[in-house]
Amino acid sequence: MNSFITNLGLLINATMIATPPLLYAALGSCFSERSGVVNIGIEGMMTIGAFTGAVVAYYTGNGWFAFFCGGLAGALFGLIHAVACISFQADQTISGTAINFLAPGIAVFMCKALFDNSSDSPAVDTAAKIPKLFSGIFPVGSFWNNALNNYAAAYLVFVVAAIVWFVFFKTRFGMRLRACGEHPRACETLGIDVFKVRYICVILSGFLAGLGGAYVTLATVSQFRPSIIVGQGFIAIAAVIFGKFNPQGATLACLLFGVCTGLKTLASSSNVVSPNLISMIPYVVTILALILFVGHARVPAANGKPFYKAQ
Amino acid sequence: MVKRKGILYSHAFYTLLSILFGFIVGAVLLAAAGINPALAYGKLVSGVFGKYKYIVYAFVYASPLIFTGLSVAFSFRTGIFNIGAEGQYVVGSLAALAVGVLFELPPVLHVILCFAAAMAAGALWGSIVALMKTRKGINEVLSYIMFNWIAFYLSNYVINLTVIHKVGGGEASRDINPSASIIFPEAVRDIFGGNKNANLGFFLAVLVAVIVWVIINKTTLGYKLRAVGFNNHAAQYGGINSDRAVTTAMAISGALAGLGGAVQLMGMGNRISQFSAQEGFGFQGITVALIAGSSPIGCIFSGLFYGAMKYGGTKLSMVDAPQEVVDIIMGTIILFIAVSHVLRRVITAKVEKGGRKA
Repeated sequence: MNSFITNLGLLINATMIATPPLLYAALGSCFSERSGVVNIGIEGMMTIGAFTGAVVAYYTGNGWFAFFCGGLAGALFGLIHAVACISFQADQTISGTAINFLAPGIAVFMCKALFDNSSDSPAVDTAAKIPKLFSGIFPVGSFWNNALNNYAAAYLVFVVAAIVWFVFFKTRFGMRLRACGEHPRACETLGIDVFKVRYICVILSGFLAGLGGAYVTLATVSQFRPSIIVGQGFIAIAAVIFGKFNPQGATLACLLFGVCTGLKTLASSSNVVSPNLISMIPYVVTILALILFVGHARVPAANGKPFYKAQ
Repeated sequence: MVKRKGILYSHAFYTLLSILFGFIVGAVLLAAAGINPALAYGKLVSGVFGKYKYIVYAFVYASPLIFTGLSVAFSFRTGIFNIGAEGQYVVGSLAALAVGVLFELPPVLHVILCFAAAMAAGALWGSIVALMKTRKGINEVLSYIMFNWIAFYLSNYVINLTVIHKVGGGEASRDINPSASIIFPEAVRDIFGGNKNANLGFFLAVLVAVIVWVIINKTTLGYKLRAVGFNNHAAQYGGINSDRAVTTAMAISGALAGLGGAVQLMGMGNRISQFSAQEGFGFQGITVALIAGSSPIGCIFSGLFYGAMKYGGTKLSMVDAPQEVVDIIMGTIILFIAVSHVLRRVITAKVEKGGRKA
């Protein structure tokens, strides 16, 4: 029983490490997709956020500032995606693919340029990382220490999720962004600037994805490596589909995927099941969910379709 | 004047312009990083054209990319965006690996069997997504992406199985049996500047590109596929079973990417290593198809361009330039090709307006 409680604490701890980057990115993805712009560049935006976070923390020693800068770097690539997809009506999937080439390419390129041709950035000082809440309150190794002593940004993401939910469903802007994803022409008729709403949403999606990436380098790991994001951006997109394009659904899906990753962390030490098979779970679950339930749920009607302003 | 207008309307003009932009952006970043762009680009060129052997390497690097490019180009013609070529490539190479490692067969037969297994695996991977699309209406882009990652972890799982895993440790599979290799015998390799990886891949790629061109342009199947790509509803009204056409196209597209995986394994890698990140052959195929404007024959040339850039990129470390500049150039090219149709509309509209005034 005792070991069960210890393991439970460890599982909660691992989940609280794995979930936040997915959730930050998924909340970003919600903004973009609900406003009618497909954003598969989330993965690249996370990578540039991870790089920027690690480098800014290394040079300034200020974790929260670095975290914010990670978001800004993601937002910059969000802006590129927005210009291509909204102003130039480019194919949104192709533009996202381009972002997924460009952003990681630039991240590794700059890393090599800054750090003597090394594709890994130097380790960030522990003091320059995001602080942990409740550290030193509970004895080390106890259940409460494992379960509660998490990085502050991990708690913050749930606050952000609540705010995003509020914005989506309780504010005028939220109503407009959802309307732009369903019927932009009607929005335009009512005097809503569809371009402006979509620009804000796509840039926000980059910002949040950047925060998710920065969380990885400022909390989970303390350096940037080229393979640091591998697929987390795509899992975030999967979570959004699984969560039916709602922030609250995406939050639950991210928690589910986070628990999967937590189980993988625990199982890999015991070697009972291949960690590679456990890594597949989020993708297989998403496929099954698509087949069984979500196939009938509605994707925002104008998703992926370029919008042309009326002449 | 008429001729200039012709150029401004052509796809090739905007593609070349995009490539030029790609190199400019790359040069700006190199300069910003304190590296002389002329030096880096010079190394890129001399790294490929410096020796006959190097040029052959560019062809070796190009071979799998032509296949994934053909895969994406083929799907584009039916109005499908095969972003899943990456996963189909991986399962293709995995199937070829299994046949190559586990079977002892006469040389030519062994190679054919590996290719068949790779095509079947790639086609299967594409068909599942196609069925999800036609039966359940699930957006193929999403399921392709999921299947890419399932393939990624499947490959890491399979190469760690005892019968496949390299004897004596190391994070890789065993080597395929020599009978399954498509690398030329030494006498033939001497013709290719003694390049130790000179292989059948490129010749096969050209052959397959021609076959794909014939399928698209000269067969009933190709006609149906193009009809669905142009206007799904009109095609259906004309009596074409569009679901079946889409499924066929996605399966063939998958088989082509799978074949690319087999060619890379049997001509270059000999084994599959544990992935830490996606290899990218499938995604690079998207670039190849876009640069080629989805023309199968064009894919041979754009594949060669990408292959040369990739191989030249490996030499950049000699002048202390990060090889990631190749990714940046390619990403910029895709972005510019994606927005170039608007540029074309704006420019041609201006030309027409100017013409009317005059």
